[in-house]
Amino acid sequence: MEEIYAKFVSQKISKTRWRPLPPGSLQTAETFATGSWDNEENYISLWSIGDFGNLDSDGGFEGDHQLLCDIRHHGDVMDLQFFDQERIVAASSTGCVTVFLHHPNNQTLSVNQQWTTAHYHTGPGSPSYSSAPCTGVVCNNPEIVTVGEDGRINLFRADHKEAVRTIDNADSSTLHAVTFLRTPEILTVNSIGQLKIWDFRQQGNEPSQILSLTGDRVPLHCVDRHPNQQHVVATGGQDGMLSIWDVRQGTMPVSLLKAHEAEMWEVHFHPSNPEHLFTCSEDGSLWHWDASTDVPEKSSLFHQGRSSTFLSHSISNQANVHQSVISSWLSTDPAKDRIEITSLLPSRSLSVNTLDVLGPCLVCGTDAEAIYVTRHLFS
Amino acid sequence: MEELDGEPTVTLIPGVNSKKNQMYFDWGPGEMLVCETSFNKKEKSEMVPSCPFIYIIRKDVDVYSQILRKLFNESHGIFLGLQRIDEELTGKSRKSQLVRVSKNYRSVIRACMEEMHQVAIAAKDPANGRQFSSQVSILSAMELIWNLCEILFIEVAPAGPLLLHLLDWVRLHVCEVDSLSADVLGSENPSKHDSFWNLPGNTQTLTELELKWQHWHEECERYLQDSTFATSPHLESLLKIMLGDEAALLEQKELLSNWYHFLVTRLLYSNPTVKPIDLHYYAQSSLDLFLGGESSPEPLDNILLAAFEFDIHQVIKECSIALSNWWFVAHLTDLLDHCKLLQSHNLYFGSNMREFLLLEYASGLFAHPSLWQLGVDYFDYCPELGRVSLELHIERIPLNTEQKALKVLRICEQRQMTEQVRSICKILAMKAVRNNRLGSALSWSIRAKDAAFATLVSDRFLRDYCERGCFSDLDLIDNLGPAMMLSDRLTFLGKYREFHRMYGEKRFADAASLLLSLMTSRIAPRSFWMTLLTDALPLLEQKQVIFSAEQTYELMRCLEDLTSRRPVHGESDTEQLQDDDIETTKVEMLRLSLARNLARAIIREGSLEGS
Repeated sequence: MEEIYAKFVSQKISKTRWRPLPPGSLQTAETFATGSWDNEENYISLWSIGDFGNLDSDGGFEGDHQLLCDIRHHGDVMDLQFFDQERIVAASSTGCVTVFLHHPNNQTLSVNQQWTTAHYHTGPGSPSYSSAPCTGVVCNNPEIVTVGEDGRINLFRADHKEAVRTIDNADSSTLHAVTFLRTPEILTVNSIGQLKIWDFRQQGNEPSQILSLTGDRVPLHCVDRHPNQQHVVATGGQDGMLSIWDVRQGTMPVSLLKAHEAEMWEVHFHPSNPEHLFTCSEDGSLWHWDASTDVPEKSSLFHQGRSSTFLSHSISNQANVHQSVISSWLSTDPAKDRIEITSLLPSRSLSVNTLDVLGPCLVCGTDAEAIYVTRHLFS
Repeated sequence: MEELDGEPTVTLIPGVNSKKNQMYFDWGPGEMLVCETSFNKKEKSEMVPSCPFIYIIRKDVDVYSQILRKLFNESHGIFLGLQRIDEELTGKSRKSQLVRVSKNYRSVIRACMEEMHQVAIAAKDPANGRQFSSQVSILSAMELIWNLCEILFIEVAPAGPLLLHLLDWVRLHVCEVDSLSADVLGSENPSKHDSFWNLPGNTQTLTELELKWQHWHEECERYLQDSTFATSPHLESLLKIMLGDEAALLEQKELLSNWYHFLVTRLLYSNPTVKPIDLHYYAQSSLDLFLGGESSPEPLDNILLAAFEFDIHQVIKECSIALSNWWFVAHLTDLLDHCKLLQSHNLYFGSNMREFLLLEYASGLFAHPSLWQLGVDYFDYCPELGRVSLELHIERIPLNTEQKALKVLRICEQRQMTEQVRSICKILAMKAVRNNRLGSALSWSIRAKDAAFATLVSDRFLRDYCERGCFSDLDLIDNLGPAMMLSDRLTFLGKYREFHRMYGEKRFADAASLLLSLMTSRIAPRSFWMTLLTDALPLLEQKQVIFSAEQTYELMRCLEDLTSRRPVHGESDTEQLQDDDIETTKVEMLRLSLARNLARAIIREGSLEGS
C-alpha cells in the first residue's frame, strides 16, 4: 500500500463517493464528491484528482486533489450517492433529500430537485412539526430510496414531486442504512441489530424477511451487497464487528469477524474485485480485507452443514467454474487465516467516517478534516 | 495583584446606542451575549429598546478561519505524537525527536502562511486582502519566535554551532519577508564565512576555531591600521564591517531589516564563538543601537529579547498577551515542558502553566461547533483538571443527529465516564419516546444499561397493547434477545408476547404454564393481572382441559388476591358504577370458568392415574 495522499480541507467529511465512470469506459476514476457535517455551514464539494503530470501553481503532487466546485448544504450531509454522471443525491440531517446537478461547462453545482419533508417525527400538517434526520440513501436510476431516524422508508422517482411509495413506521428504531438486493427488493439495517428485506411489489407494510444477530442486539450501521452475488451481504456494527450474511439461508449471519474497536461506519465490497472488502471505523482506521486466493483446494473450509452441501453441490455441478464465483466470503473460516487484513492509513487519526473504492482508486474522509486518496490500491 | 499590561480595546456594537441606553451582557464558555436594555441613564426609559438584536461577541475569531483550521487539525496530530513519545528515551535520541517535533510544528505554520499569502494576493476586496496579509505577518512572527525558541531551548546549541543556527534563522526569516533585499543581503553575507567554517563535517574543536578566527581578525585589523585599502573607502568600510565595528554596520542600516539581523551580523564579525549565556548582552545593546532612541520596542522585540535572556516564562507571558488565540502558547509550552524546561510554576488553582494553557486552548475549541473533537484529546493530557473539564464540556455538546450522539458516547465510554453516558442516553431515549420511536428508546436504554428506562419503555408498550388490543412494533418485541434481561418489565413484555405466539401456534399447554408462571413469579405488574386472567379465559373454555387442578387453584388464588385488594378509584360516580359493572361481570365470568375448569380437571385427574 503506497502513495496515499492526505489533504486537510477545513471541514469534517461525513461522506465521500467516486463519480461513476461511463459504462465500458477504460478510464480510471477522476472525480469524487464529499459532504461535510457539524459545521455551521456545510458543503457538498466536487474534487478532481487531475491528470498525470499535472503541476498546478503551487506545485501540487500528482495525486493531490483539487476542489472543482461546491455548494452550500442545509444540515449535516448524512449520506451521498451519485444518481448518474451529473446528479448527486444528498440526505440531510434536516430530513430533506436533495438532488444536485453538476454543470461541467462552468464547474458549478445547483439544486435540481428537493424533497424537503422526506423524514419527520410529526408531520408537516401538524403544529408541532419536527423533522427527523435522513440517514441513508441509495439510487438505482430512476429510483431513489431513503431511510431515516423516523423509521420511514421512502421510494422516490427523479422528477416526481411526491414520493412514489412510503412505508411509515417500517421500523420502531432508527434505520441506519439501505441497499438494493434485486431491483424491487431493498435491505435495511437498524439500531436493534436487524436486517429487513422489503419487497416493493408487495402491498403491505411488513418486511418480507427479518434476519438478526444472535446474542446482543448490537446496532448495525452500514450494509453493502456483493456486486455479483445478490444474496451475499456484509454489515458493520456498533461494536466494530463485520458480519457476512447469506439472505437465502436462515436468519443468522454466516460469519462474524471481529474487526474494529469502535463503530464501523462503512463497509464496501470492491465493485470489480469483490474478493476485496473495505471497512472504516470510529477508531480511526481503514482496513482492506483480502479474501482472494489461488488455492483451488477448498474442502477444508466447509464447516457449516448447510453451506457445505450447497458449495459441494455447486462445485460438482459446475466443475469448470472458477473458484471465485462461489463467494469466498461465505466459506470463510477465520481460523485458517485466509483473509489478509491491511490497515491503509499511515497513522491513527480521528474517526474515518467514509470511504469509497472504484478500480484502483480509494478515497476516504475523516473527522480530522482530512481527505486521503490513493490511486494504487492493488500495487 | 495583576496590573493592566495595556489599554483594553473597545469594540463598538452596531446598532446599539451605548450613550443612551444601558447594555446587558452575560458570559458564555467562549463568547459573550450582549443586548441593549430599555434602561436609560438620564432620561425616562422607553418601552422598548431601539436595537432589537442580541449580539454574540467572540474574542477568538481565529477558530473560524478556514485556513487556520488546517493549522489546528495538523498540529493536533503532532501534539498527540509528542505525548506518545516514549518516556524512556533520554539524551541525544530524545533531543533529536523533540527537535523533529518542533520542526513539524514550524512546517505546519509555514504551510498555513503560504496558503494565506496566496489568498491575500488573490483577494478581490482590498480590505480582505489586508486582513489576510496581517494574518500572514502574525504567523510569520509566530514562526520566528518558535524557531528562536527551538534553537535556544530545544536544540540547545552550544557555542560555535549556536551562531550557525542563528545565521540560518535570520537568513530564513529575513529572506522570506522581502525577497528583493534578500539578494542584496545574500551577497552581504560573505561567502568567506562559509568556507572559513567548513560547514559540513566540521571536525575542528571550538578552541581551534577560536584561534583561527582570532588570527584572521588580527590580520584584518592590521590591514586597517596599515591603511592598505585607504584608496577605496568602500573596501575600507567593508573591512571595518568585517571587524565587527558597530558604527560601520549601522551605516548599512537599510540593508539590515531589523535589530536581530544586526545582532547576528555583529556577532558573526565580533564574536562568532559566542556562548549562549552571553547572548543577552549583545541582544540588548543591539536592540538599543539599532533603534537609536527613535522608536520604542514592539511586542515582538520584547518577546525575542526575553528569549535571548532565556526567560521562558516571560516569553510565554508576552506571547499570551500579544496573540489572540491560545494555540501558539499552548503548543510551545507543551513542547518545552517535554524538554523538562519549565519548573512547576504554580498558578492560582494549583495546576501548572502547561496545563493551564492547554485547558484554555481546549475550552476554546469546545466553543466551536466542529472543532470540539480535537479538544477532547487535549483534555486527555491534562492530568489534574482535564477529565473534569471534559466531563463538563461533553455533556453540553448539542446532539442533533444520532450519529453525532454515537460519537460523543464513544468518547465517554472510552474514558469510563459512565455518568455522562447515562445522562446522554437518557436524554436521547426520552426524545425517542416523545417521538414514539420505542425501538430507538429501548436501544438507548440498552446501551446505557438503564433498567429504569427500559421499564418505562415496556410500560409504554403494555399500555399501547391495552388500548389497542394488539402489539405495536412486533419486530422489536419478538427479537429482544438477551436484552430482555435488562429489566423485569421488559422480561415480562417479552414473555407475554411469547405467550401470545404460543397461543397462536396452538401450543396451549405451554401457553398456559407460561401464563401462570408470569403471575406467580410476580414479574407481571399488578395492574396487568386482570388482563392476564382475561387472557386465561379462552384457555379455560377450551374443549380439552388445559389447566390442571393445581394450576386452577393457583389462578383462583391470584383472582382472590386481586379482588380483595382492589384500590378505590377517584372517578365520578357514574363511571365508577359502569366500571364496577364491567369489573364485576369479568370477575364473575372468571370465577365461573375457573370453577368449571376445576371441576373438569379434578374429574380428569381422578380418572386417569396421576396425569
